[in-house]
Amino acid sequence: MLINPKEILETIQMVRMEHLDIRTVTMGISLRDCSHPDIEVFNENIYEKITSRAKELVRTTNEIQSLYGIPIINRRISVTPIAIVAESCKSQDFVSVAKTMDEAAKEAGVDFIGGFSALVHKGQTRGDLKLINSIPEALATTEKVCSSVNVATTKAGINMDAVRLMGEVIKKTAELTSDRDGIGCAKLVVFANAPEDNPFMAGAFHGIGEPECVINVGVSGPGVVNAAVCELETPNLTEISETIKKTAFKITRMGEMVGREVSRRLGVEFGILDLSLAPTPAIGDSVAAILEAMGLERCGAHGTTAALALLNDAVKKGGAMASSSVGGLSGAFIPVSEDAGMIEAVKVGALSLEKLEAMTSVCSVGLDMIAVPGDTPATTLSAIIADEMAIGVINKKTTAVRIIPAPGKRVGDTVEFGGLLGSAPVMPVSNFSSETFIKRGGRIPAPIQSLTN
Amino acid sequence: MTSSRFIITVIGSDRVGIVARVTTVMASYNVNIVDITQTIMQGIFTMIMLAEAPKENFNLSAFQQAMDAEGKSLGVEIKVQHEDAFRFMHRI
Repeated sequence: MLINPKEILETIQMVRMEHLDIRTVTMGISLRDCSHPDIEVFNENIYEKITSRAKELVRTTNEIQSLYGIPIINRRISVTPIAIVAESCKSQDFVSVAKTMDEAAKEAGVDFIGGFSALVHKGQTRGDLKLINSIPEALATTEKVCSSVNVATTKAGINMDAVRLMGEVIKKTAELTSDRDGIGCAKLVVFANAPEDNPFMAGAFHGIGEPECVINVGVSGPGVVNAAVCELETPNLTEISETIKKTAFKITRMGEMVGREVSRRLGVEFGILDLSLAPTPAIGDSVAAILEAMGLERCGAHGTTAALALLNDAVKKGGAMASSSVGGLSGAFIPVSEDAGMIEAVKVGALSLEKLEAMTSVCSVGLDMIAVPGDTPATTLSAIIADEMAIGVINKKTTAVRIIPAPGKRVGDTVEFGGLLGSAPVMPVSNFSSETFIKRGGRIPAPIQSLTN
Repeated sequence: MTSSRFIITVIGSDRVGIVARVTTVMASYNVNIVDITQTIMQGIFTMIMLAEAPKENFNLSAFQQAMDAEGKSLGVEIKVQHEDAFRFMHRI
């Protein structure tokens, strides 16, 4: 046969049984030419630009999906951080901009739109503050808008004033969406070293070094990696690493093919391919399951950080071989609510917030989709963010916090978000106060690692 | 996408007439069989065809729907996917 039947069946099985999918095709759109002092004109400008650029996105991705028989789960849009392009608007807040983004996303037929964002790692402008203060209402009154704030980089250090502010913003966002278990917070992420080309939500935005319009693709496949690891008979860890690397290679090739064809048909530049093992609530489609397949009784047991380090590194190596356009986050995600294995591990007491924090020092993101008690003080949330930012800044990597202080919920309760966001068991936080530390403000200086010039 | 060749997989329990009925649908869309093989995947009958579609005036989604409907009436799952989906993943 001209094509090897074994290879064909392997691909078919990955899609049919192991949940291989293109998680997202994300179109990045620059809004830099939309600025205007009158916010109504500005909103008209961005609506026009987003809807005209993304007009064919959904139709084209549907065609590609049926051409190759590979499911594309989400279509998304990311835009230039709104704090930058709306800076010159003479208005008190930017809530109307979020509403306009929401309408444009609905018109384009996409699942999410990211970029209600500000980059404040070294300090905030008036526009940045307006945006940050608009976040709670913006997320409560829109469906598809995602927001992110970069509060730290290795080069700049950690903006502790912004960290303090974000604790309060998260709290308020949860309160304004308390009728839906604080779901607003699931669309808000606080970053250190945010990538400018990440296609995954809630952190996607179109960075200022990006072209006019670009296609970025996010591929997933924890189920495929898990199945490959499970198939090995009494492997040692070197063999496991090798298998993960080969599997990551194959998944990445699939994403590359889809991304290039989408961008060719749309006449839009192909940006990056992000191979990130992003779990879904489906059984087996779990990063925790991979770690357990390596031999841990439960995700969170001692050895979990080492296993995750192996996984994350092997995924990156396989991806780098498969595509010259690897970017974004590329690694393993550990969102608790979206991963059946993580949820189970928390429920049986194997996985704690402290262990998750350690795990984030060796994988691609951070504390993700974690529910904590609704009465957690804003300063404690800020302190959790500060710890995570420190890990990112010192290790020269992206870290992020997406945390939900679930209104009215206590440890042991469960928060239900539904869909890809899943459900999260409420996890305990330290009862000791971080208030004085957080209220000091200022900036934690850039570390010695930043002095590379 | 560089060719108009597709991989058609038929997955399900074997029975008399599968090839005849599937190829009848293919013929009505002018789709030619380049290569054909069958195997057992995890105990399930699997037929794989490499097929060439007409270069012009070929309606892929209508063909996919017709094949899908024929598969349902046969009690098997039929997928039509462009060959690149398989080449790209396994070959550099």
